[in-house]
Parts: sequence; structure tokens; C-alpha cells
Amino acid sequence: MKEIMDDIDRWRRSGHKVALARVVDIEGSGPRLPGASMAVAETGEVAGSVSGGCVEGAVVSEALDILATGERRLVTFGYSDDEAFAVGLTCGGTIHLFIEPLDW
Amino acid sequence: MADSIYELWREAVNDHRPVALATVIEGENLGAKLIVGDGIDSQGTLGDVDLDRVVLRDTIGELAGGRSGIRHYGPHGEARETAVSIFIESFAPPPHMLIFGAVDFTGALVKIAKVMGYRVTVCDAREVFATKRRFPNADDVVVDWPHRHLEKVGDRLGQRDAVCVLTHDHKFDVPAIQAALATDVGYLGAMGSRRTCEERLERLAQAGADMEQVTARLHAPIGLDLGGRTPEETAIAICAEVIAARTGRVSSSLSDTTGSIH
Repeated sequence: MKEIMDDIDRWRRSGHKVALARVVDIEGSGPRLPGASMAVAETGEVAGSVSGGCVEGAVVSEALDILATGERRLVTFGYSDDEAFAVGLTCGGTIHLFIEPLDW
Repeated sequence: MADSIYELWREAVNDHRPVALATVIEGENLGAKLIVGDGIDSQGTLGDVDLDRVVLRDTIGELAGGRSGIRHYGPHGEARETAVSIFIESFAPPPHMLIFGAVDFTGALVKIAKVMGYRVTVCDAREVFATKRRFPNADDVVVDWPHRHLEKVGDRLGQRDAVCVLTHDHKFDVPAIQAALATDVGYLGAMGSRRTCEERLERLAQAGADMEQVTARLHAPIGLDLGGRTPEETAIAICAEVIAARTGRVSSSLSDTTGSIH
């Protein structure tokens, strides 16, 4: 979290909205532990990571959607997903993220 | 206006102060938050006074253990119910590595330990060697006898912390190891050849060290058997042993084993 705070500050100072995605749970093999976090500015800029690079692209589109609607939600990536979120982790694990606007 | 919860969180993390944040991730009041930490009385609410009370208690417990994860409750904090899921994220300060001995290997060990996220202190009684200029990556460079330094900071060492004795000099090693054994430090290792290590054991016994504790806790010669030679390779062997000691694994190549990776 510490490593992404400077970017978050910079974006917020420029008046941009920011979404925060945090790993809240992992099942099976996963490279990042709960608490790993990634921030996405409404401009599409990104800081941090929540996996070994497998799901970051999908997290950005989720985060931008959440910034647009303001609806925070729990998102799951991995083999056990619905087809709608069929973004696999190459390690075969499942990762649960809580993504929300940084409005707190 | 009071600081926002994010501001409190940000300031604590930047100041290396322990802090924990509880967030509703499923159930009523999605996204509601409670924060607590060193120097922060609990602030925020999850939307129910009883739920706040129970979650605050659990959050303080998770923070003490440095754990992050999900816990489930009823709407008013009832146990064994699942209406509400709370993600508790703990930020604990980085673990501490104390390196005794400002020798050739020390600089490399400081570098690798910093990469691993340790706060690193180098301590040596000889002020010509223990200088910030020689160890620019160290968080602190202390001129003192190792055992005297441990008497000052030892009660702050815990399971996540490490003490590495690289002095190669019984005069410093023996009291340093004895002082380290009196702490709760999770990893204790001492450098030296097989012969040095044997001699050191004899001297520890003569000095009245608890030899059962020595056998159980002292890693000497320090490091995993990687066969490396340079200071950097040695530093990696030491840090690899620190990891293995924490996880309780016997180190071998993953390609030679079949168990889970994490």
C-alpha cells in the first residue's frame, strides 16, 4: 500500500477520482497476499499490482466502471469464475478483490 | 475538519506506525470503515454500534498478530453468522534485521535484507568500521558492543525479526549470542567456519549459555548450503535461511518436491 500512496496523492491533487482494488482473499496458489493493492485513476493510470500480472488488465476495466457508477463491489478472478469474468490466473488460483472509489 | 480515514491510514503507514483498517465488503453498508492503531483511537463506523464493538476487538487482535483477512459476523456482530463480511487489513511496521559486525559481508547482507523489506541496523564496537558511509543502505549504523546494543533494543525484537552475527570474533560473538537468546527474536545466526563454530559453542558453554537454547535457536554456520562464495551470494544464502526458518521448511528445490508452492 505504501508504494502506491505517492501516486494516489498526485492524482487526487490533480482532481482525478481514484479507485482502490485490494486483495481480500486468495484460494490455492496466488502470488500476492491479502492487503496487496492497486490504484487506478480515472485517467487510466495505474499504480501497484494485485497478482503476478495476470489480472491487472481486467482490474483496470472493473475499476474504471466502478469509478463511473460509484458502486463498490467484490470481484473474483480465477478458474472458478463465471464466464463473464473468465480471466484466468496462470497459477490456477482464485483471487478475491474488493474494488471501491477512494471517497473515504 | 477531522482527517478522513484514508488520511489517518496514509499518515500511519508513512510513519511506520501499526494501523488496521476494517471494511465491510459484503452485507449492509458496503464499504463502511473502522480504523484503529497506535496513536489512533478507533474512528469510523460500520453502521451498527454492536458490530463496531465486536469488529474493533477483533481488529486490535489481528493487528497485534500482523494478520490481514476476512471475518464474518451477524448484522450486530454475532459470531457464527455470515450476513456481514469484514476485510481487516493490518499494517505492521517492517521486520527488523540486526547485523553485528561491520565486515565485508555486511554491506551485501544489508542490500539483500533491504530488498526483502527489513529495517536494517548495523552494529559494531569499532567506530572506524561502523560508519554510515560504508553502509549507506542501512537504516541505522550503531557504534556499540553488540550485547550492549541488544540490552537496549532486545525487548522490541519478535518472531519476525532477525539477528545475524558476522563479527567472527568470540570476544563479540559470545556475549552477543547470549544477549540475543534472551530475546524473542525469530532468527539467530552466526557466521564462521566449522572450526570457528565449534570453538564458539565451547566458549558459549563456558560462559554459561543455556546450551539447549543454543542448539534449538542458533543457526551456525549461518546460511543455507547454496555453495556460493561472494558476499552477495552469501547474503542470499543467509536471507534464504531466514525465510526457511520462518516458514519451517526444509529447503530444497521446488522441482525436487511435489507439495504446494505457498
